[in-house]
Amino acid sequence: MNLLLIATLIFWIAMWWLNQRLVRVDTGTNAVAKRAIDLLVPFIFGITLFVLWEGVVRALEVSPVLLPPPSAIWERIINSVPILWADFQQTFLKAVIAGYVMGCGAGFLVALAIDRSPFLQRGLLPLGNFVSALPIIGIAPIMVMWFGFDWQSKAAVVIVMTFFPMLVNTVQGFAAADRMQIDLMRTYGASWWQTMTKLRLPAAAPFIFNALKINSTLALIGAIVAEFFGTPTVGMGFRISVEIGRMNVDMVWAEIAVAALAGSAFYGAVALIERAVTFWHPSVRSARN
Amino acid sequence: MTLFSEEGKFLPILAVVTAIVAIWYAAAVWLNAPQEYDRAQRAGATIAFSQLVQNTMTQERPVLPAPHQVAAEIWKTTGAMVQRGRPFSKRSLIYHAWITLSATLLGFLIGSVLGIALAVGIVHNLAMDKSVMPWVITSQTIPILAIAPMIIVVLNAVGISGLLPKALISTYLSFFPVVVGMVKGLRSPERAQLDLFHTYSASRWQTFRMLRWPSSMPYLFTSLKVAVAISLVGAIVGELPTGAVAGLGARLLAGSYYGQTIQIWSALFVAAALAAVLVMLVDVGHKMVLRRMGQAA
Repeated sequence: MNLLLIATLIFWIAMWWLNQRLVRVDTGTNAVAKRAIDLLVPFIFGITLFVLWEGVVRALEVSPVLLPPPSAIWERIINSVPILWADFQQTFLKAVIAGYVMGCGAGFLVALAIDRSPFLQRGLLPLGNFVSALPIIGIAPIMVMWFGFDWQSKAAVVIVMTFFPMLVNTVQGFAAADRMQIDLMRTYGASWWQTMTKLRLPAAAPFIFNALKINSTLALIGAIVAEFFGTPTVGMGFRISVEIGRMNVDMVWAEIAVAALAGSAFYGAVALIERAVTFWHPSVRSARN
Repeated sequence: MTLFSEEGKFLPILAVVTAIVAIWYAAAVWLNAPQEYDRAQRAGATIAFSQLVQNTMTQERPVLPAPHQVAAEIWKTTGAMVQRGRPFSKRSLIYHAWITLSATLLGFLIGSVLGIALAVGIVHNLAMDKSVMPWVITSQTIPILAIAPMIIVVLNAVGISGLLPKALISTYLSFFPVVVGMVKGLRSPERAQLDLFHTYSASRWQTFRMLRWPSSMPYLFTSLKVAVAISLVGAIVGELPTGAVAGLGARLLAGSYYGQTIQIWSALFVAAALAAVLVMLVDVGHKMVLRRMGQAA
């Protein structure tokens, strides 16, 4: 069995060496080759991680209760697609999406509503920043008590978690337009509404998308953790807490894989929309060429 | 704190806080009223509005406890305990807060050291930069808080229990902001400054010690503030599956099992106060370091 361990270690060192060589390749002006290497290096690193995991777990005969090898997790995913899909539907499609849309929407609307009141802004902004640092997840048991076991209570937790980052970022974003630009709109005789849609909203877009990205991961965490406090017999958080009780660790890892995939896809989707909407922003422009 | 230092912020904040407390009282009456109507109906009596308001403030298990009920509960489980000379009894919130705090601090410490080490590696090694950084970012799209119970239970199964498992969750959560902030900070010296060190033929170590490390301090402390807040969240969630023994998370869970809403709210407020104090302490450290470095705090 130690042969396997040695083979794994050799593979690790070989891949490490390969990566060290790859990043030193001089691609010159060849943009395609440069891009390929930039993608290849983290890919090789990821593969190495998985091989290392599989090899070490098998070679040292780590108990599957402690840490199952990736192959066992994959097998479990393939074998329990219907359960995983039902959980995904309950947690992600119902609770996360509903809560995310409502929480972000409410944060945006409140920011818009207090835009004309600097007094309220000065009062709400520090409080919003403060609340963002609090362990909001703790309201989960209260929400479960108020809104019942089904997805509505999880959506409520997500709403509260996503509201404050959105509020704070949007208010900051609305303040991002230059004095000079606002004065220009003024000389055009633009109304508040015109200034908002034509100048200040686009200027706030990078801030708003920042909040949307932060919230995309927060929302998933909120929904899953809220399910620990009571849930119908379906859902990712429910499955994790039940299967861990039965020591079916591979099923837990399967749920985690689904959650990671969903979280990454959600984040990626928001990032893609951001690129399309804020194509003029320096951070997007420089990434293109 | 920053709450009071900046001119003209105090009044608006006061106004908003007052409004929140007022809304809270109104909501408490509104949410707790059905229970009172029920009771009155069962007793075959009608209930006057003033009596109703009074009753909704004093329920044993209200849907939403009034602020003063929560405050009284917090006092009962902290200050009153101290007065009786038993600040660390198991019914005292100080005891539970201490359990959570110790896990938070241990996790925060490990996470910060790990994060700084990773950042140093990333800045000084091109291969690490290209291969590790994308995975560090990916690692955070995994809802780690969701795995927290599993880490606790599994580590318990192999005989590791108590402080360390909770601290590990805090570590995982807190290392990320530190890595990202420190990488940015260690790269913040300008080209000209690095060139100057080059002309002095400074070694990598000297450049690191005299240029990169000092200039990364503002970034480090900004990240540490985020990290300490998130460490606390990790420790609280880590306490949920341990069978509700001790800690603020355990109080939340026990409260939700037995419908003790006042207990939940008081644990929540203590957690919030703890978070505020921790962030404030990091802020004080930040100002002290900046002052010693001769920069305006």
